[in-house]
Amino acid sequence: MSGSNPEHAGWFTGLDPGDVEAAATAISEGETGEPQNWPEQAVQSGFAGDEDEYYSVLHEATRRATREAVTERERADDQQLTHAVSAMDDAERTANELAERLAEWAGSLERDVPTGIEGARAVASWSPETPVQERVVSLAERVVDLDAERADLRSFVESHAPEVAPNLAAMAGPVLAARLIALAGGLESLAKKPAGTVQVLGAEDALFAHLRGHASSPKHGVIFTHEYVRGTPTENRGSAARAFAGKLAIAARIDHYSGAYKQSVHDDLDDRMATIRSREAGE
Amino acid sequence: MSPSLPDGVERRSFDGRERLATRGEPVYGEPQDDDGWRPWDAGRSKLGAMLELGLDLGLDGGERVLYLGAAAGTTVSHVADFAGPTYAVEFAPRPARDLLDVAASRENLFPLLKDARKPETYAHVVESGLDCIVQDVATRGQGTVALRNNRFLAPDGRLLAAIKARSEDVLSDPADVFPDVLADLRTEYEILDTQRLDRYHDDHLAVVATPK
Repeated sequence: MSGSNPEHAGWFTGLDPGDVEAAATAISEGETGEPQNWPEQAVQSGFAGDEDEYYSVLHEATRRATREAVTERERADDQQLTHAVSAMDDAERTANELAERLAEWAGSLERDVPTGIEGARAVASWSPETPVQERVVSLAERVVDLDAERADLRSFVESHAPEVAPNLAAMAGPVLAARLIALAGGLESLAKKPAGTVQVLGAEDALFAHLRGHASSPKHGVIFTHEYVRGTPTENRGSAARAFAGKLAIAARIDHYSGAYKQSVHDDLDDRMATIRSREAGE
Repeated sequence: MSPSLPDGVERRSFDGRERLATRGEPVYGEPQDDDGWRPWDAGRSKLGAMLELGLDLGLDGGERVLYLGAAAGTTVSHVADFAGPTYAVEFAPRPARDLLDVAASRENLFPLLKDARKPETYAHVVESGLDCIVQDVATRGQGTVALRNNRFLAPDGRLLAAIKARSEDVLSDPADVFPDVLADLRTEYEILDTQRLDRYHDDHLAVVATPK
């Protein structure tokens, strides 16, 4: 087929100059050891009339190849999960920020306005009588909507994460699994990270302060949100975080390289956590 | 004083300040004057910093260039403005999406979503005998990247590399990291000049080299 290149051949070998699709495939998939004077060869072989024409075809073909490759890589499910969990965090942060502003504003009109999203709900149910109240109520409605969007994004993450990373989602919970994937930059990069890195993902500031010699090493990053870490008494929390991160790293690798759910890794972690927690109980 | 700027790069006045500039479509919200010039921010571009610091880069304008680590195309847009055919290699899809926008208005810019550590995956596209390789990759083994891509350079071509110490080893003092990278480079390159870019970019070393 025209898209495949024999060895030591330029991307254009055997291509019809008008076939941009085949050209893009050849650029994406072809390989050769040594570069050559491709523009000259293309002109000699009759692929292009002159160098300008060659470069013009190359321009179109490289843009198409890169666009297709970018779309394909960005559409990957782990990337979608990353966007969803980041959007969820943004929606939550923004809703809270606006709710604070709203509480300030609404508090100047009425007494005893509750704070936070609950306050926004209360204000949204007012019947506005003045132009000012109209604005306040309208803002409250936006905050309530934004909070609903956050909830929808969360359910999307909860349903989507187990499809992308069944072991990781089962072990960490879907939202934490998505956060870990987002912090690592994808499931593949998470699978390639050592457990010690997984343990402190999300604690980069603390980690670099430690590396510069200003602070002790962080025990945990975003995995702190999990019951296994947060629910373990302080003196054993480091051990718990280390054990948990170790199994998370393995779960990510299983998810990336095999994709099948594997019960034994979850049982191992449960055993290990029981041991760590019994330390305190036994003493 | 410093070597002359390549054709297509000029010092122009923007808001009363003399700045490097090239002519082309703006790409990152920078202003454009009435003649189509836009400033080249040395704080956002290592190559811009090298020009600003007066290194002799051997650029005259119109060069055939391979740019490794093009990212979103901030610097490569300026390169394509003054150079000839410019091949831009970037490994990460997200910045490559922005790079595509930069390439849309530049006929001589060829974007490639490829790994600079694997030149065999683009040697069927990028031509040999290039005048210049610009390297700005944030990966461990920056010396190796330069060595592997040596095959694209003409015998009198230039390697213009911004070596990032933190990419090699976050813990070591940059001053200890650079000699190792330079030793790597010397196996196949003659080093013409080096200069720290700290005024614009922390912990970066500019290297100008030519194949041995």
